Amino acid sequence: MAREVEAEVVLRLCGITKRFGPLLANDAISFDLRRGEVVALLGENGAGKTTLMNILFGHYTADEGTVEVFGRPLPPGQPRAALMAGVGMVHQHFTLADNMTVLENILIGTRPILSLRLDMRAARARVARLAADFGLAVDPGARVGTLSVGERQRVEILKALYRDARILILDEPTAVLTPQETAALFETLRKAVTLGLSVIFISHKLGEVMAISSRVLVLRHGRLAGEVATADTDRHRLAEMMVGAEITQPKLAERAPGPALLTLSAVHTPRRGNAPGLRGVSLGLHAGQITGLAGVSGNGQAALAALIGGLEAPVRGGMELHGLVPADWSPRAALAAGIARIPEDRHRTGSIADLSLTENAVLESYADAPYSRKGWMNWPEAEAFARRIIKTYDVRCPGPRVPIRLLSGGNMQKLILGRALAAGPRIILANQPVRGLDIGAVTFVHAELVAARHRGAAVLLISEDLDEVMALSDVIHVIYEGQLSPAFPRGSMSPAELGIWMAGDGFEGAVDAA
Amino acid sequence: MRLEPIANPSALRRVGLPAAALALTVLAASLLALLAGADPFATLGLIVKGAVGSRFAALETLNRATPLIFTGLAVAVAFRARLWNIGAEAQLYAGAVVTVLLGTGALPLPPALLIPAIALAAMAAGALVLLGPVLLKTRLGVDEVVTTLLFNFIMLLFVSYLLEGPMKDPLGMGWPKSPALEASARLPRIVTGLRLHWGFALAILAALAVWVVQTRTTLGYEIRAVGLNAEAARFSGIPVGRVMVKTALLSGGLAALAGFSEVAGLKGSLTLDLSPGFGYAGIIVAMLALLNPLGVVLSAIFVAGVFVGADSMSRAAGVPTYIADILTATALLTMVLALRLTTMRVRWR
Repeated sequence: MAREVEAEVVLRLCGITKRFGPLLANDAISFDLRRGEVVALLGENGAGKTTLMNILFGHYTADEGTVEVFGRPLPPGQPRAALMAGVGMVHQHFTLADNMTVLENILIGTRPILSLRLDMRAARARVARLAADFGLAVDPGARVGTLSVGERQRVEILKALYRDARILILDEPTAVLTPQETAALFETLRKAVTLGLSVIFISHKLGEVMAISSRVLVLRHGRLAGEVATADTDRHRLAEMMVGAEITQPKLAERAPGPALLTLSAVHTPRRGNAPGLRGVSLGLHAGQITGLAGVSGNGQAALAALIGGLEAPVRGGMELHGLVPADWSPRAALAAGIARIPEDRHRTGSIADLSLTENAVLESYADAPYSRKGWMNWPEAEAFARRIIKTYDVRCPGPRVPIRLLSGGNMQKLILGRALAAGPRIILANQPVRGLDIGAVTFVHAELVAARHRGAAVLLISEDLDEVMALSDVIHVIYEGQLSPAFPRGSMSPAELGIWMAGDGFEGAVDAA
Repeated sequence: MRLEPIANPSALRRVGLPAAALALTVLAASLLALLAGADPFATLGLIVKGAVGSRFAALETLNRATPLIFTGLAVAVAFRARLWNIGAEAQLYAGAVVTVLLGTGALPLPPALLIPAIALAAMAAGALVLLGPVLLKTRLGVDEVVTTLLFNFIMLLFVSYLLEGPMKDPLGMGWPKSPALEASARLPRIVTGLRLHWGFALAILAALAVWVVQTRTTLGYEIRAVGLNAEAARFSGIPVGRVMVKTALLSGGLAALAGFSEVAGLKGSLTLDLSPGFGYAGIIVAMLALLNPLGVVLSAIFVAGVFVGADSMSRAAGVPTYIADILTATALLTMVLALRLTTMRVRWR
């Protein structure tokens, strides 16, 4: 502690307040960042982390409060000023040009447009030195489009370092990484702080916060809910600070798997834009079993979800539902076959923002009795259905007639869950069902999935959070570039072993075998 | 500059901003009247008097509103589903052509059957005209703004060909004009001696019908869902392409009724100047009404009133009738902006 007090304050936020209409996104937040420390900014989605960092970086202007960098006030609302002052930010979504090389990406914006001579050799040498110093192995001549996600993140960090960043802000950096890549990133961050940089690490993953930070700031509902030295706390206490309540892990009762309700054999689906299609995927979803799908994001999870959800049909390979080959395949056919779908993006595909809760509740069933007959809607029935979901799933809302966009993510997800589970589905496709939810809502959703398993439903849980997959699944598959690993029974693999599969090792030949 | 949403706009905002929009519209018109060398107050007074100042004027306004209600509904229905039908003009003429074809002796039916038969056939023609562009959109992804817009010109040239050739009135002294409708095919007047015809009542009925479709039927629900978020609609199992096609049929049919009612109710025959841009004005009408079918009736009457009033004013005050175009355009721009600003706040920087 004593050493930290001595270190120089490099960044000081003082009384930052930001309102969006009636919503208080940041409420008088003050903290100091000292030289050579990693401060974790912990909080659930919607707690105000991103707003705070956007103010610091000049994307937003605070209603009240000041930002000081190295003792000098930062003019509000100017990203350029933050850059010049030595603040570098690595966003969740990378800002790299795919068709340019690593070196060119790093140099973009560092020189006047009209300078005639680019001293590429000196620049390359400097990038190589930075890469060596910080353990950021990446080929400066490679095109960014050919790099893996982990490598792209390294380029983003190099970009910040090349601009002489002394303060690095990383927004949810591990969401797209394998456990091995995460370990490498942490190594880099440790090197950075020994070289005198300071790091703000934004996350909602407790294990990572414990592993990398020296101090934790917890944000809750826009307020600074607590500040502790990492050494003085543990995961449980951090979780409590984050949500203000104790959390419980779901428990899986021992249960023998039933028959396969959905079987895929060597299924191929087409590529869609940047997203890979499925390549020879074989999979069986069994009654009374949760099948977890682990993998780094963008490796074909979307393709598998689209296939089972009815949006995509196999171009090759077979699909059987309850032992039969479906005659046609569409979202309606999937619903009719008793597949409940919890989509990855509840805002874009799961709900229609400007429609009411009632109208959203019947999105999948509006064409059937009792909600409509002979082309006429029965709105009282639809509203009664919405009220039932609201009551059963404790959806906090002003009523079934308000537009669903007024609801928080958790309550929106509860409505979607209620809609999907209402008909007692035999197969449940849960694609990132808890992404961005607060811990209370996460616990609720997980409990519902476990209850569905207990009822004898076959559940496919797709998640980028390996902890979630490992906690809930009876069997785990890893997906990599559209290929599926063999099924690993619960407890047979460590996170590191799964990580090896997530990085694509072990897949050669797997396609032929399938 | 950045827009931030306001959760609960104050009453002042909700009433004040549209009022300010109206004031701005009046101000713009006044400045133009001044430029034309006329007294702005007198000019505006004459417009109001010309639109609603007498029974004759008011009925004339309702008459002029009739085709605008139909095209406004056509646009409102289509835009709800985010189907950008800019081709109401072409669909209007398709309806008019069919009305002339069937109304000049081809169908030997009594008026009670003949008139509905013609109206339905006209709707089918308008629906067909929009079917092509919407199939191109749903099957091949061709932008319907371009196809529907360009179809207007094709249709107008086609009508021109018909009026110079196969449909030319042999007794028309050489004018490009169709033969006149038989009396049994004409829509009667609502009040004997005054020009208002039953087409207006049909338009009100159509607006009510569209309102019922939008709020009470599964199709209306599907249309809203598709328009607000096509991706979520597709995911939920709504057949997006089929909904688009149904929307197009409804929209094209409504626009065609404008042509039917103008020929059968007002003109009695088809000429190339049947529509002074009713199809395009329908877009203004629909937008001013925020795509609400009942609002379309009011906004069509407003737009018609401005045009009728400006016609009569220009005869008295010598200000060109173009002031009507500017008035409706300004009203649209300021009103759309005002309604946007009731729910959004502008932050400068």
